[in-house]
Amino acid sequence: MLIFEHSRPGRCNTAQAPDHAATTSGIPAALLRQDTPLLPEASEMDVVRHYTRLSQQNFSIDTNFYPLGSCTMKYNPRACNSLALLPNFLARHPLAPESTGQGFLACLYDLQEILKDVTGMAGVSLTPMAGAQGEFAGIAMIRAYHDARNDSARREIIVPDAAHGTNPATAVMCGYTVKEIPTDANGDVDLDALRAAVGPQTAGLMLTNPSTLGVFEQQIQHIQKIVHDAGGLLYYDGANLNAILGKVKPGDMGFDVIHMNLHKTFSTPHGGGGPGAGAVGVAKRLLPFMPIPVAGKEGDVYRWLTEKDLPQSIGRLSAWMGNAGVLLRAYVYARMLGAEGMHRVADFATLNANYLMAELQKAGYTVAFPKRRASHEFIVSAKELKDATGVSAMDIAKRLLDKGFHAPTTYFPMLVAECLLIEPTETESKETMDAFVAAMKEIRAEAFADAAMVKGAPYTQPVRRLDDVKAARELDLAWKP
Amino acid sequence: MSIPSNLKYTASHEWVKAEADGSISIGITQHAQELLGDMVFVESPAVGRKLTAGEECAVVESVKAAADVYAPVAGTVIEVNGELDAAPEKINEDPYGAWMFKIRPDNTADMDALMDAAAYQAHVDSEAH
Repeated sequence: MLIFEHSRPGRCNTAQAPDHAATTSGIPAALLRQDTPLLPEASEMDVVRHYTRLSQQNFSIDTNFYPLGSCTMKYNPRACNSLALLPNFLARHPLAPESTGQGFLACLYDLQEILKDVTGMAGVSLTPMAGAQGEFAGIAMIRAYHDARNDSARREIIVPDAAHGTNPATAVMCGYTVKEIPTDANGDVDLDALRAAVGPQTAGLMLTNPSTLGVFEQQIQHIQKIVHDAGGLLYYDGANLNAILGKVKPGDMGFDVIHMNLHKTFSTPHGGGGPGAGAVGVAKRLLPFMPIPVAGKEGDVYRWLTEKDLPQSIGRLSAWMGNAGVLLRAYVYARMLGAEGMHRVADFATLNANYLMAELQKAGYTVAFPKRRASHEFIVSAKELKDATGVSAMDIAKRLLDKGFHAPTTYFPMLVAECLLIEPTETESKETMDAFVAAMKEIRAEAFADAAMVKGAPYTQPVRRLDDVKAARELDLAWKP
Repeated sequence: MSIPSNLKYTASHEWVKAEADGSISIGITQHAQELLGDMVFVESPAVGRKLTAGEECAVVESVKAAADVYAPVAGTVIEVNGELDAAPEKINEDPYGAWMFKIRPDNTADMDALMDAAAYQAHVDSEAH
């Protein structure tokens, strides 16, 4: 039920209403609206109950195990939140003078330094507002680099077929054409195809490592040599940074630019489109092109670096300095972990994924890359179960909801048929993972005993299975009376 | 569903039918529609557009993914199946009946390079690793 459906003409809550109308005297008459806006009219209690009910229907990391592959749904420590909400952070106006915000700037400067250290890059800019904008900034810097060298005939970005869909989209947004290269049977980039794909037209390669197949790219040294020898640059998609935190640095692998999803790896509540932070790290040759502002330090004084300091910058990506709230949470998280804690994140993210993979294999599920050790996530294919019973990856996902688990990522990456991409993260206990395995075993048994029942799931959620064809074809996004 | 023996196939899972008037119709195979799942949109090439072999020229979008459709041979688009705009589910229901567009090939002999049913079956099997 929508809040508009609770609406009754004239119902209001006087206690919350302003005691006098706002003045509109400074606004030109032509810009003033003529009719009252269509807003719901409801009592305070109705509103409280409505939104409390919605929050109870939320399937979240605070209520349930959420092994949504590639999304890193780890627990977000409350300390990060409470420190980011300190009144002097919260009430700070983005236009307040730098002199009154030295503590805030110091946090962001230190975060940049920590991220440089973690990734092995020469510089970091925190300003991209989300992962997709971080990607955009990264490829825009590659383009600015080639342009600055009068090497603008490089029109092509190479993307492996295992990449997130954002990679080719980013390349196109930056004015490049995309060349796709295949993955070999082990889940690594096909080196022969890469050798054949590079040339004087190559601007760069976008690579996620570990890849979306949940395996570490074993030939990264060869890949970086092939691309660099051809004059291209290497872009690291930081989507899966959780698996390598403190273990191996993209800078050491030869990457020239990286974006990090701080909201994922550095723990801010995310999903549902909530605020992100897509910080970018760059190798030395891309330093002049970083998006601004960047937090700088001169002696003991912090200040924003702007166009004056970085005249070749690709520019600003938003009005201010990025999503300050997410950045502060990331800073607190990084400081709480320290170097040792970051190692532990990668250790347990990887251990949990491999434990879960081994247990699901024992339970009869087909693992997509059984010869490879999983990184932070792994793929189970339900193809064999579907062939035997008709129960698909989507049916398993829906049935898991009944058993109290968020579904894994389904049907991505597309390289594996009936694919379930599972990422437990480091913050889950063995007991939780064992309960998940037990649920997966039950579903498998149910598939053989009563496939129709599984295909009808979920039964316990606020809504049953949705008509996703109708939802895609007849979009119904805005309420109308 | 068996693979019709009167059609030709591409590695990217299009089927190609030689029409009596020398044109060819193109659709996507049973295997392709099964992988993609329920169709929600079809985007066809403009009539009159000149295509090179292997060029991306149409898009099928399902509840799972959007996939490009490639021109099997070089030629000119002479007709599109407008019925699919309102009823893309026909691709799921009858993949070998639901043609997407017709091309007049630049060179009819180009068709010989495409796979026959047996070769396409082997191709599908080899992809199912």
